[in-house]
Formats: sequence, structure tokens, C-alpha cells
Amino acid sequence: MRNKYKTIEHTADIGLVAYGENLPEAFLNAGIGMSSIMVDLRTVKADTRIDIIIEEDDPEKLLFEWLNRLLYYFDTRSIIFKRFELISFASNRLEASGYGEKYNPLRHIIKTGVKSATFHKIMVDEKKNRVRVLLDI
Amino acid sequence: MKRVNSALEQIDRYRWRLPREYRQDMRVPGIIYASREMLPHITEENVLGQVANVACLPGIIRASMAMPDVHWGYGFPIGGVAATDLEGGVVSPGGVGFDINCGVRLLRTRLDSTALDGKLEKLVRALWDCIPSGLGTTGIIRLGKRDMEGVLTGGACWAVEQGYGRYDDLLYTEENGQVAGADPDAVGLHARERGSLQLGTLGSGNHFVEIGVVDEIYEPEAARVMGIEKTGQVLVWIHTGSRGLGHQVADDYIKVMLEAMPRYGISVPDRQLACAPVSSKEGNSYLGAMRSAANYAWANRQIITHHARQAFASVINACENSIGLDLVYDVSHNIAKIESHSLEGKARSLCVHRKGATRAFPPGHAQLPELYSAIGQPVLVPGDMGRYSYILTGTQTAMEETFGSTCHGAGRMKSRKEAKRIIDGREFVKELAGRGIVVQAGSLSGIAEEASLAYKDITSVIDVVTGAGLSKPVARTRPVGVIKG
Repeated sequence: MRNKYKTIEHTADIGLVAYGENLPEAFLNAGIGMSSIMVDLRTVKADTRIDIIIEEDDPEKLLFEWLNRLLYYFDTRSIIFKRFELISFASNRLEASGYGEKYNPLRHIIKTGVKSATFHKIMVDEKKNRVRVLLDI
Repeated sequence: MKRVNSALEQIDRYRWRLPREYRQDMRVPGIIYASREMLPHITEENVLGQVANVACLPGIIRASMAMPDVHWGYGFPIGGVAATDLEGGVVSPGGVGFDINCGVRLLRTRLDSTALDGKLEKLVRALWDCIPSGLGTTGIIRLGKRDMEGVLTGGACWAVEQGYGRYDDLLYTEENGQVAGADPDAVGLHARERGSLQLGTLGSGNHFVEIGVVDEIYEPEAARVMGIEKTGQVLVWIHTGSRGLGHQVADDYIKVMLEAMPRYGISVPDRQLACAPVSSKEGNSYLGAMRSAANYAWANRQIITHHARQAFASVINACENSIGLDLVYDVSHNIAKIESHSLEGKARSLCVHRKGATRAFPPGHAQLPELYSAIGQPVLVPGDMGRYSYILTGTQTAMEETFGSTCHGAGRMKSRKEAKRIIDGREFVKELAGRGIVVQAGSLSGIAEEASLAYKDITSVIDVVTGAGLSKPVARTRPVGVIKG
């Protein structure tokens, strides 16, 4: 099976490419990819659910906002997402349920903090069901 | 690669010009401050493209500049400086970055390094315990709505009024730790929520608190003015910014700018450079929100300062007065400021973006505290955790050439992924311990990412800013204790 995401080299920060059988899956995999940069996901349970709705006027903004919303939940509710379920998707709207766990420093292995997704080299490839984003570390 | 290299024209030993002809859309040339040895790294790295992209911003004045610690960023290069005209020029959130008012402050103790003998590990542990550090940590402060307004408008001043630190600290903080023109109403709900639990926390990545020991003094008189008396004196460096609140402000306003650009007929080569006229509604709102986030960052460093003092007091058996820990200075290296600069003999108000660049005002500048008027603004440039950090002063050359700006650090050389591939975090901590440097960190992979090998040698960066006359080295410290997120 194809990897769901991979990280790419960048001097100061980290690039992330995510794939899927379809475009929304690539978006969700980008979310998991970002979580996996932050925390060793093997140590995370998926027992808390948060429903997320993102609306933006183009697919790149939608990707940028999707990842930043996940960071918002990490900062405000300490939630690390391990898995997502798609509810609905359009080029300007993404609705999904995120499953994860409240961060517990005693159990979770922390890796790298992510400050934000960026628009630098951002790409949403609707033909190849692939997205790319550079994360500010 | 050769073609790109040959695109640069050498001006002198430390200055290289990227001519306007390099790309049709450039409005001004690029100027890169670097030694010849640094060029292969700089040109390999997409830096020239990013310098050229910044040169396309409407209203950019003189040049798109890169300091010698420059490296590939997102939008602006890290180490980039760009000034834009208030009339017709733009402000770009990407020219400040996500960590608004990330910056450095330096405290001086009255202690000699021998005072730490046998206590260093305990002291590092105490700093770790007093200062919430690392990914996912929250502070002990819960900011309600009223306090949040206080932080966003009052900055470090708010923190001192709440009992975190001393009034004198404010005298030696850029903008007195409270930049005017903050507009808390321009800071969105998500930004406030992200900031409400994180005040007084260090964060992760390259943020740190470092106990350093003065290793060499180059300008004894200037050092004395800063209270740096002799080698062996213990100093404390603090490097952090505005945490999630600043990140969210940047996120929000990049989107605002993307929407606004077509209305102003602006297009940019990289969406991360999204911008709006400085004088526009969007430009004004961003500046008001950015200044609020900058004040949050100054409050953050102020509260961490207070906790560092508590940590020292709990370990060193001496009164507060004999420990010292007075503020030498606090500078921002991710910010946009409206400043007055001389252009062809006339004073002009410009919007100076410093993205990974430090303000370096010369002796006599009106915005300096009286104490530093004769020597120039202290410039604080930390290196990596295994090598040196430098204290310098601003110069007239910087004022005339780079809108009073200089470098901000060593500059990354290796990607985080590559650093982790070649460096084992645990081994690196052990190696540092062997050299007498105690490290306490939240993440071993984070340590590997931040290891010395990942960075340029800071001394090479300092040599360039000194050689080019952008700043003047005063003293150097070496690390003995570090806490990292």
C-alpha cells in the first residue's frame, strides 16, 4: 500500500506531501501526517471526537485552514488527532470528525512543535489526489 | 547552479548584488551580506529566488536584503529585511512570520561561573521546573478577557504591573516592551483562545533559556556600560515569541491579505507574501493585530524572566541583589515597524519588515535608552546550544544601509530531517555534558534537530556583519546550561 504521507526536506521547516484514493482522503492524511510530525502517534488513543467544519474560497486556503484548525485544537484543548472520518467535501468546504486524545506528557512521546501551515509551495493536485504544504516549525 | 551563482555581482568582500535584471518582476535589486564561503549554501537553497520574490513587493525601497544567517524560509527568506513606503507600499504578514515578535533578551548576573560549581544541574532543573517548556505545555496564568486586553495593549508593562519583574526591565526592552498602536479588536477569537493558556511558556523548536558565561570581551567600555564586567560572568539568554496567539494572527491576516490583493491590483510571486497597502484598512488592521501579538510576546519574555529569577534564587544561596539578573536588553527579530529613515537626505517614514533580522540602531538614536545612547543599541545574537552567542552594538552603517538591521542568529544549514538522520539526540546531550553543558529538553528528537551541526558556525555570521560594519561585537558567551522545549 502506498504511504499516506511523507515529509520532505526544507532547511528551517518541514514539508509534507499527502496522498489519497481521492482528494478528501489526501486532506485527511495531511492532518495525520502533521500529527505524526508532532507526536509519536503509536502512543495516542482515539477516544475523543471533535467535529470540524472548514469553509474557504479555494482549495489551497482550505488545506491551509484545515491544518491550522488542527493546531488550534492542540493549543486550546490539547487534542492530538490520530484519525479522521470524512463527513463531506467540496473544493471550498471540508467537514470531518477528528478522533484523538488529550495530550498527556507522561504517556505521549513529543517530537516537533508545528507553528503553522504556510502558503509557500502549497499545492492541491486534484488529478493525482495529492496535496503539499510547508509547515513552519 | 552556476548560472544562479553568476547572477550575483560582488560589491565588496561582504556584499553581493542580485541585479534587478535577474527577474523581470523585481522592483529593486537584492543585496546579500555574506562571505564568499557562504555563497554555495545560499545559492543552493532557493534563497536567491526568495530574495527576488521580496524585491517584487509594491513600494519596496532600496533593496530586498538578506543578512548572512539567511536561509530558505517560506515567503520571505529567514534573515530578510525589506522596507516599504507608507504611501503606495505594502505590509506583508509573511514578512514578519508566524512567530510575531520572536526575540531575544539577555540578563546579567553578578555571579562568577564558580558560583555555579556543583549547582549547575540543580539550576537547570529549577529553570525547567519554573518555566513551562515544550510542545503542549500551558502556563500557570489563565487569561480572562480583561487581562487579555491588558496583555495585548500593555505588553511587558502589564506583566510588571502584575508583579512579574521590575520596572527597570521596561527601560531596556525595545519599545519599552509595549509597542504603541496595538489594536486588540483586530485580534480574532481563535488567536485569543490560543493565547489564553500559553502566557509565560517557552514553546518548542529553537526556543530556549540558556545560562551563558562571558568568554571574551572585545569592547570593554561598551561591555561595562551593559554591565558586562569580566570573563566568567554568568548571563542568561531567553529566546521565545508570541506562541499560538501570534501564529493565529499571522494565519488570519494572510487570508485577509489574499482576499484584499485583487481589490488593490496587487499580485505576488508566492501566496505566502500576500500583502496590502500599509495605509489600507487591511494593512492597518494587520499592524494593529501584529502589535498586539508583539506585546503578548514581550509580556511572555517578561514573565519567563521573572520565573528565571525565581529559579536562580531557589538554587543560589544569595539575596536577589547579589544575584542581579538585571536586563541588559530585549530585541525583537520578527516584526514590522514604522520607522523614520533617511532617504537621499530626507527623513521618511517606512514600514521595515525584519524577518529573522535584528534592529541595530546606532549611537545617539532617539529610540535608545539613555544608558546606551553613547554605545548604540545592544544587538543580541544567540548561536546554537553547543557554541557561542554574541553581544554586539548597532552602527551608523546599518542605519544608512539596512534600515538599522543586522543578523539574528547562526542560521540553519541542515534540514531537521537530515539533522535527525546524522545526530542522535541522546548522544548529543551526552557530548555536551562532556563539555560541561547541561541540557534539559522536552524532546530528544527536538534536540537532534537543534544540534550544532544543523547550524552555520555563528562566528562566520558575526565576521560578516562586523566586516560589513552592520554591527560591532562587544562580547561573546559560551553556554553552560540550556533548557529547550
